[in-house]
Amino acid sequence: MVIYEKPKSLSDTVSHYCPGCSHGIVHRLVCEVLDELGIAGETIAVEPVGCAVTAHEYFNFDVDQAAHGRQPALATVIKRSLPDRIVFTYQGDGDLAAIGTAETVHSATRGENITIIFINNTIYGMTGGQMAPTSLPGQVTQTSPYGRDPKTQGNPIRVCEMLSTLDGPSYVARVSTDSVKHIKEAKAAIKRAFQNQIDGKGLSFVELLCTCPTNWGMSPVEAVKRLQDEMIPYYPLGVYKDIDRGSGNE
Amino acid sequence: MGEVVLMKGNEAIVEAAIRSGCKHFFGYPITPQTELLAYMAKKLPKIGGTFLQAESEVAAVNMLYGAASAGVRAMTSSSSPGISLKSEGISYIAAADLPCVIVNIMRGGPGLGGIQAAQSDYFQATRGGGHGDYHLIVLAPNSIQEMVRLTADGFNLSEEYRIPVMLLGDGTLGQMMEPGDLDEIPQPIFAEKPWATNGTQGKRKPNITKTLYLDPQELEDTVIEREERYNIVKENLQRYDAHDIEDADIIISSFGITSRVVETAVKELRKEGIKAGVIRPITLWPFSEKIYKRVNPKAFLSVEMNMGQMVEDIKLACECKAPVYFYGRTGGIIPTPQEVEDKVHEIMKEVM
Repeated sequence: MVIYEKPKSLSDTVSHYCPGCSHGIVHRLVCEVLDELGIAGETIAVEPVGCAVTAHEYFNFDVDQAAHGRQPALATVIKRSLPDRIVFTYQGDGDLAAIGTAETVHSATRGENITIIFINNTIYGMTGGQMAPTSLPGQVTQTSPYGRDPKTQGNPIRVCEMLSTLDGPSYVARVSTDSVKHIKEAKAAIKRAFQNQIDGKGLSFVELLCTCPTNWGMSPVEAVKRLQDEMIPYYPLGVYKDIDRGSGNE
Repeated sequence: MGEVVLMKGNEAIVEAAIRSGCKHFFGYPITPQTELLAYMAKKLPKIGGTFLQAESEVAAVNMLYGAASAGVRAMTSSSSPGISLKSEGISYIAAADLPCVIVNIMRGGPGLGGIQAAQSDYFQATRGGGHGDYHLIVLAPNSIQEMVRLTADGFNLSEEYRIPVMLLGDGTLGQMMEPGDLDEIPQPIFAEKPWATNGTQGKRKPNITKTLYLDPQELEDTVIEREERYNIVKENLQRYDAHDIEDADIIISSFGITSRVVETAVKELRKEGIKAGVIRPITLWPFSEKIYKRVNPKAFLSVEMNMGQMVEDIKLACECKAPVYFYGRTGGIIPTPQEVEDKVHEIMKEVM
């Protein structure tokens, strides 16, 4: 009896992601969920600009590569044009919360029946480690070399909290990839987000706290510790909105 | 003649698009194209289509990208400043070889410019606007009837060649009313779209719509493949309207609304005994090079509502075998027939 195998919707291509990067975990979780729900053949992913710009190499289903930040605009109309298909975006923090903020907020407030998978690793990965909208106060990056100073470089955006104020989304949750327990919870949230789409409930948004050891200048183990010690306190985990259970952090 | 209707240009485009099988439209309000948006908003929900007022022109053009990639007929429209915002997305759409129609109802520029008609986006339309080696098929109607016809042709051409089409009108064409025969719309020819990202259904390999090629050779190969398609279009699709060119001492060119002024001027000039002829490019890209190579006037004149843009293509096309003059007004001002006639008199003194 096979008790553990690679999801069918995950391809055999060798990953280009760095050791300790969370993208591999999240790709796998998404593919497991699509397989379990039996919807990979109906699915169209919209991939970002960033390290996951070649996510189509790893997915065994249709993928559209969008311009930086514009995924929710594409996903909106793909879903509206093909309402019986499953459409999700996969976006990083620069993509979703900086250049694509307008697309994120407006697809959410319209309550588009799509799923958004949001990778928050507090840094721009592909371009080599610049300050992201979610970089923490004091975080050193290439473009905040003296540490992010909120007085001059602004404050981090807590996207789940912001989106949960809108009437459009049906489900907004923040989960983490730092431990087995949290990864299991993350999978449950992703599954819920896709099930909601199947059930026609409107926009479901899952933020995943992720690591970027390369650009954080840390080992994979140190990176997980930073996620636990610094990111989770700033970005509390939980369900921020759930129309089936009433709103609010659980 | 079939069903002749008195229509505004902006509304004529909507009627033609819907009759051509376009059920998906994404836009953002901007004068002087807003009637198009509003008319789409009224029409599309009634036929099971998707109308979406996007949060920005940037979002609207990316919605177009998504819809085209999903394999449905889709359109967006805007006016000059909005087209600048859409240019990012247009570059991606061209790079992904996605068929669709983009309407620019031009107004004066640069910057916010004005809200009156102008033709100063000729370079933007024919030279790119966005980044990278790409072209759009650019169609320039000069009447409501041609707006109807070229909108319909635009969808078919775009699908035939997998090149996005720009319908380049201006504020006057968008706003003015003329009778249009909607039965002149050809039967839509829906191309097969085996490349569409519409879900594998477990029956085929995944389709990928992408514009990133990290391997330089792969990128060069895709650009060259597209260039070869552009060359086929250049060979097959040079559309123009021409008359009185055989004996012409001067050939006057213009596109879009300006050609209506030129027609009046040419009639007057002929009455005076000046041998004036007309070449009016209808496709601005590909430019009507062939006809300019065939004719032999003593001078060419380009009349445009800008500071001299199409005149460069005329010089390239005729290889300056005769002097190429320019007359233009801009900022929302339409040249008068008298101004054109005066310019011709001036030129004739120099060349005759």
